Amino acid sequence: MASLKTEIGSIVLDKPGMIASGIMDETGKSLVRVLESGAGAAVTKSIGLEPKPGHDSPCFMEVSGGYVNAMGLPNPGIDLFREEMEIAVPKGKIIGSIYGAGPGDFSELAAKMEDYGACAVELNLSCPHAKGYGMEVGTDPEMVKSIVSAVKSSVSIPVWAKLTPNTHILTRIGQAVQDAGGDAIVAINTLKAMVISPEFARPIMSNKFCGLSGEAVKPVGVRAIYDLRSAVDIPLIGVGGISTWRDAAEYIMAGACAFQVGSAVGTKGMGVFSQINDGLSAFMDEYGYANIKDMVGAAHE
Amino acid sequence: MSEVVTIKSITDEAYDTKTFRFDWDAEVKPGQFIMIWIPGVDEIPMSVSGISDTEKSVTVKAIGDATKKIHELKVGDKLSIRGPFGNGFDLSSRNILIIGGGVGTAAIMPAVVQTGADTIIAARSDRDVIMDSIAGSKASNVWIATDDGSRGFHGNAVQLMKEKLALKKYDCIIACGPEVMLYFTFKACQELGQKCQLSLERYMKCGAGVCGCCVMDDQRVCRDGPVFTNDQIEKLTEFGVSKRDECGRIVKFR
Repeated sequence: MASLKTEIGSIVLDKPGMIASGIMDETGKSLVRVLESGAGAAVTKSIGLEPKPGHDSPCFMEVSGGYVNAMGLPNPGIDLFREEMEIAVPKGKIIGSIYGAGPGDFSELAAKMEDYGACAVELNLSCPHAKGYGMEVGTDPEMVKSIVSAVKSSVSIPVWAKLTPNTHILTRIGQAVQDAGGDAIVAINTLKAMVISPEFARPIMSNKFCGLSGEAVKPVGVRAIYDLRSAVDIPLIGVGGISTWRDAAEYIMAGACAFQVGSAVGTKGMGVFSQINDGLSAFMDEYGYANIKDMVGAAHE
Repeated sequence: MSEVVTIKSITDEAYDTKTFRFDWDAEVKPGQFIMIWIPGVDEIPMSVSGISDTEKSVTVKAIGDATKKIHELKVGDKLSIRGPFGNGFDLSSRNILIIGGGVGTAAIMPAVVQTGADTIIAARSDRDVIMDSIAGSKASNVWIATDDGSRGFHGNAVQLMKEKLALKKYDCIIACGPEVMLYFTFKACQELGQKCQLSLERYMKCGAGVCGCCVMDDQRVCRDGPVFTNDQIEKLTEFGVSKRDECGRIVKFR
């Protein structure tokens, strides 16, 4: 039987799927439930230095092919998040997602996540709807380089950078992550979007702008991983619209050694991880892939 | 997907509570809820208080900015809604006792209408009692409890429930109301070995089980609930004890 074990640099996962940041991962017990549902690891909600309520509602809605959200990085702040990590860390591999306005914020947050027992940190350089954070700092290669460098010098755990598709210089940003010593790239975050109500003649989200996720963004994400595979050598983690084993296989063949699932927790339920694991395993057996590594980047040949 | 519906009729249920009816042919189960967008103000979860094939209603108590704004709406005005969400009540038991406390009465009313089961409506005082006439026309028995004794039984929902359980055996209790009422309903049921299903509430954002901000322990109130059985509630350490605010911080009830 094929092995689902995969390696992201020094991190070994028994199963290649993780929960994506922002989905069922704001509390310790939610993270544990995700791990128990068949995820190989869980990425936390993006945590900042101070508590943040996020944007007012409406901050989420269903659209054709997925969801839009403008949650606005709600989180209890890094100090209170210690309690949640204490519950989650003993139960599996937790990747601490963090957001900040610059290298100093990211370094401080990463150091705390390391103290709490995170096995890696994921830098949110890609949220499309939070002023002064996310893609506002993550679309400038120089800024990305200085953030990744700063975090690398403040922690000893692997540093992953989550990038945005809302740019025409994705590969340059990917190279900046690699040049700064980043250990892996996670792509993609949501596509910057907007929904308008014709009846009320205004954007529906209180923040006006939001991010599109779900099935509709999958081809964009697959392309992003394919492009990055050609531009960098560090490990890639694919995310964006994965809800079945086929979606996961596409990302892996584009060049990802692991993947993350977000919106499908809503559309498919918590059983989505075990469904993907079973399907991927059956596919690998049928097509003669002994392990994930054999499939990574297969579409490039 | 959000949908826009038109308000067809408005009924005053109490001095601070109104029912808004609209045509909507979505399939909704008793105990499910919808998200209502109030442009420029908020989006809030609201239990569906009346269900027919073509028509639905919500019953709104004016307590915050969003609910006060809804009270300003007139017949013919539009509502933007999403849903229905949540699991709803399991009404397969034969003998059910249904309990509504305060505006929580709105959430149990479709179950009363569908089953005709014995019903307790509890409120602070006579002027806060809602939906007793619709309950009276459908339920085998309707008993009213008021905290100040201005109408019906002088006492709270849990005290009246205990009296009724001493007289008759029920397969299941169904209840919605303030968390303190539900907490003591649950405790009483636990002592009596009585099965129950309680409709719980937490601050919600997405409604669809995605964002995780309404969790109680590891259960999403919006998706795994809002209705939980006594077996599930037994495992919820946060029930009656704490909730989380919009930042995800723990807030203790007492």
